[in-house]
Amino acid sequence: MRSLLNTKPQPLSLFFAALGGLVLLFIVAPLMNMFVNCSMPELAETIADNEVRSSIWLTLWTSMGATIFFSVAAVPFAYLLARKNFPLKRLVTSIVDLPMVIPHSAAGIALLAVLSRTAPLGKAAEKMGFSFVNSTAGIMAAMAFVSIPYLINSARDGFAAVPVRLEKAALNLGASPSRVFVSVSVPLAWRSILSGLILMWARGMSEFGAVLIIAYHPMVTPVLIYDRLDLSLKYARPVAVLFISVCLIFFVTLRFLAKQKNDAQR
Amino acid sequence: MRNRKMMLSVKHISKAFDSSQDVILKDISLEVPPAAYFVLLGASAMGKSVVLEIIAGLTAADSGTIILDDSDITNEEIQKRSVGLVFQDNTLFPHMTVFDNIAYALRCHGPGKSQIRERVSKLATDVGVTELLKRKPPTLSGGEAQRVSLARALAAEPKLLLLDEPISSLDVKARAQIRALLRKINARGQTIIHVTHDYTEAVSLATHIAILEDGAIAQTGSVDEIFRRPKSEFVAEFVGIRNFFRGHLNDTDAQGPHSKSFTTDGLCFAVLTEEAAGPGYVMIRSEDVTIASTASPAGQTSARNNFEGAITDIIPAGPGVEIVVDIGKGKSVEIAAMITAESVKKLDLTYGIRVGINFKASAVKFIEQ
Repeated sequence: MRSLLNTKPQPLSLFFAALGGLVLLFIVAPLMNMFVNCSMPELAETIADNEVRSSIWLTLWTSMGATIFFSVAAVPFAYLLARKNFPLKRLVTSIVDLPMVIPHSAAGIALLAVLSRTAPLGKAAEKMGFSFVNSTAGIMAAMAFVSIPYLINSARDGFAAVPVRLEKAALNLGASPSRVFVSVSVPLAWRSILSGLILMWARGMSEFGAVLIIAYHPMVTPVLIYDRLDLSLKYARPVAVLFISVCLIFFVTLRFLAKQKNDAQR
Repeated sequence: MRNRKMMLSVKHISKAFDSSQDVILKDISLEVPPAAYFVLLGASAMGKSVVLEIIAGLTAADSGTIILDDSDITNEEIQKRSVGLVFQDNTLFPHMTVFDNIAYALRCHGPGKSQIRERVSKLATDVGVTELLKRKPPTLSGGEAQRVSLARALAAEPKLLLLDEPISSLDVKARAQIRALLRKINARGQTIIHVTHDYTEAVSLATHIAILEDGAIAQTGSVDEIFRRPKSEFVAEFVGIRNFFRGHLNDTDAQGPHSKSFTTDGLCFAVLTEEAAGPGYVMIRSEDVTIASTASPAGQTSARNNFEGAITDIIPAGPGVEIVVDIGKGKSVEIAAMITAESVKKLDLTYGIRVGINFKASAVKFIEQ
């Protein structure tokens, strides 16, 4: 890589760099435009808006909650996928990736079919005193449905990179398989697991389609932006700007903290 | 031997690769007495490590049984076998300190914190890593990492310690230090099985040797038996040393700091070595031994080892001819020289005639024991 950088730029590289520049512009330009066109008084007014603040808070914690709740099952499952061979493993792996390829509105409808008050899971929830439809539980289910592949795939890659010999050495020292998992496999795959957790959390926060169908209310911020767009772009834009800013701050901070922890582990 | 209680009995173990059905191990049987230092010697990729993995339970054998201290552990879970394994490469847990690595087995077995601290401290002192307890494994040298690996394996107080090429990847100085440490551990009564492709390790450490050839045991016995009386061509070629003598290295030679003498069976060899005086073996490659007609005086050669004796055997060996001469005084001591067929003809060598035998002090390799 270094040697490539040190050599004189080739025409092909310059061409590719120009193409890359166009792609970056395509991503950055609309966002920049949104930020530039949002005036400070508008933004201040939005920050003062209780509905916006509680919506952003709701989005942050439901996505975080969904990530933590589902990681309890997703991380061990990722370990299984990384370490064991079993019949229909390819099918299982494809099923894990499924939420990434189906339209999220379709995912919402599919979820609604099992979580609505008339469906078995919905009925069971009703009996336990809560409902998935138009509730935080429904929001979390929708967020997790679309974002869990990111955690499973990242954790699976992390576990696959842990040398099997280290796990065998731990077993040989008298550790039970569950102790080996907790004390050797998870710490050594931690960087990937954490990266997967952050990705799942971020992806959950940005989910609109599936959440909209399960729970229009209480409004998570992507739904709120859509709701205000119905009134005018003028009302929707500052909410979007504020939400993106908050997400970026959290995302960058978490990445930074994760890096610090990993550096300290070395 | 058969009636003595064995620490480990491996009976008729066989193993083939699942995919190709290539046989890795064929009907392997081993008997390891308590406190033995058992070296499994074989060329690379001969399935030596697989034997250890089967004993440790990391790999399942296709057939056969393993008895450890009177208990059948053939199907026992890895963590319940009481068999410690030290791998060739570093398998220390990189995310834990040296202290936590050594304490790992202790924490699995549940003694209190103060007991763990005490035990780790003792083990660290034993293997000489007390200064390293707060370090992380990636910062350790190869020798240091292997010391910590040994302490970690010993912490579990295994009945049997398995070593998979434990010093092969170390530099010369670290090798000597780890060898001394292994001897010390064995001297305390720890039964050890050590797998290696290096015969000098076997000579230096073993009380018992088994030679693995094509996935089967070609010969088992003491160091003397294996090196003096190789039972098959493979063993003879593998150990590769025809001239092999047990004796004592002495500091008495006044020719220089590295020039020492080695006494064996009434003979005395000049040896050029940096090793300290003590019991051990010397080996002389037959290619390094020259034969002279008794007519030419020994004093005219630079070789410091000059003997005389009668030819007891003449063996055509590949491109040359191996001449065996008895240079013993009173007791038979045979030494082999590899020379060309032209030289045999030129010197007119036949059975029974007396010849001079010369080899340089630097051609004598001493291995301490």
